Amino acid sequence: MIPRAGHSVLRQARTQLKRRTGPTPVASLSALARLLSSLAILEQKDGKLNHGSLGAVTAAQKLGGSIIGFVAGGNIKAVAEEAAKVSGIEKIIAVDNAAYDKGLPENYAPLLVENIKKGGYTHIIAGHTAFGKSLMPRVAALLDVQQISDITAIEDEKTFVRPVYAGNAIATVESSDDIKIITIRGTAFAAAEAEGGSASIEDGVDPKAESPTEWVSENLAKSDRPDLATAGKVVSGGRGLKSKEDFDRIMLPLADALGAAVGASRAAVDSGYADNSLQVGQTGKVVAPQLYLCAGISGAIQHLAGMKDSKVIAAINKDADAPIFQVADIGLVGDLFDKVPELTEKLKQ
Amino acid sequence: MSALRILVPVKRVKPRVNKAQTAVETAGVKHSMNPFDELSIEESVRIREKKSYPHGVSDIIAFTCGPPKSADILRTAMAMGADRSIHVETKDGDEIEPLSIAKLLRAVVEKEKVDLVVLGKQSIDDDAGQTGQMLAGLLGWAQATQASKVSFDGDGKGVVVEKEVDGGSETTRSNLPMVVTADLRLNEPRYASLPNIMKAKKKKIEKITAEELGVDLGKRLKTLKVIEPPPREGGGKVDDVDGMIAKLKELGAI
Repeated sequence: MIPRAGHSVLRQARTQLKRRTGPTPVASLSALARLLSSLAILEQKDGKLNHGSLGAVTAAQKLGGSIIGFVAGGNIKAVAEEAAKVSGIEKIIAVDNAAYDKGLPENYAPLLVENIKKGGYTHIIAGHTAFGKSLMPRVAALLDVQQISDITAIEDEKTFVRPVYAGNAIATVESSDDIKIITIRGTAFAAAEAEGGSASIEDGVDPKAESPTEWVSENLAKSDRPDLATAGKVVSGGRGLKSKEDFDRIMLPLADALGAAVGASRAAVDSGYADNSLQVGQTGKVVAPQLYLCAGISGAIQHLAGMKDSKVIAAINKDADAPIFQVADIGLVGDLFDKVPELTEKLKQ
Repeated sequence: MSALRILVPVKRVKPRVNKAQTAVETAGVKHSMNPFDELSIEESVRIREKKSYPHGVSDIIAFTCGPPKSADILRTAMAMGADRSIHVETKDGDEIEPLSIAKLLRAVVEKEKVDLVVLGKQSIDDDAGQTGQMLAGLLGWAQATQASKVSFDGDGKGVVVEKEVDGGSETTRSNLPMVVTADLRLNEPRYASLPNIMKAKKKKIEKITAEELGVDLGKRLKTLKVIEPPPREGGGKVDDVDGMIAKLKELGAI
């Protein structure tokens, strides 16, 4: 967006200098900035801002134009104040209503639609999280817009890059919709700075739509380890671990020695070695940590789709021909039951 | 309350980037039913077989929008237990966007008086993950995405769905009619037996056009290019754990 707009503004300026008529380039630049405004959907849970959702602000910064943050839930004031400090945000739209606490798309989507119509935003951005995945397509349909899911880059205000076919192909798509509804891949857009901003806070409109769905309960895996999606280091185990006991005995101490989050392949999850929420891959989490260290994972494409953008990939596997070694920066052929405990011990020293 | 009429949209998928890097090669590549859609069919058939909905299931309709060959996967869906199929035929190579599919589905839901739509959570070619949510939005229905368990209240009104969310699972209760999208852990799809494959040949596939359903399949997104991601180079192997630690340090990973 910025280079292309910059060029056209320059070109315009040059023409105008020759003619010495028409509006000044400065005026046209500010007109452009006024045209583009992004609504970043920020997530909250139990009255706390989810900092992972600040990637939406970073994406909005790449687009240029003004950035408005959106939060909704019961006793939203504290969250709104926290969000107002985020660097780069001009204004926070806050809707105080406990009906939005659980992010049910049935009432959250109409809420967003009303606020989008009122604000006249050109871009609506949310994370490609469980919340964003469930909510944004519903919003898009209500606005008659074709959403662009899970983008990894922004080329200009209507051109976006997204992986398809489990990351085996990268498509560049151009949207002809007036409003662009986008979900972003968290690992491609780092969270915006949580400090340094001073946005104003404004009450949003609340259509108070009825929801045919009620929230009943949740069962979240509790862990002191870093969050898988955002961790700097991830250790991941696969079918080679053979049982849940072995998974816990072998992988967890390694994770602790490195201060890493724990992940797993689909095979390990399906066999019950690890919780569903730890699955890394096309249908699970997509991670891109500094270090992805895996043991007992062969490296099926569906798994690679979730981790191949990691900075450094290290693999331990007893099969020297396992596909994981084709992407690993460091490969060690050996029995993980010997090698992982040895590695853990040596890392502790 | 009456028996459930279930609609199960399925998609034929299979992929490879073409040499000119303009699109995905689909000619001469093996196609199959999107794996998440197999779960949707399986779940619908189980609701009938296990009588988990108190008033039973009167109709399971498989739907697809795609080229003539997509009829194959409708046969598969019927061999797994769907009663009949609807096929909106498109030209080979046409990719229809989720919003258009959702509009087609809305029209089918209204025409066939469907009360439950079970879809896959995403197709493994486009990876968009939008259609179910868009359909629910267009219909104003309840939605439950990434379902790992679906059960019904005894009065036949409420549907309790356990969903996969970041960090664990979440349970919601919705009123019918509704849209559910299937996650991998919802069930284990069956293989169609030979007798059922033979029986499926006698089941009906109704062909209908997008115009008849009053839906414009015009595209909002233009694909400018499709490329293969930069290949990752394997960095070679080390001999022992010490070698691994040394290399990790060298690469600044620890």
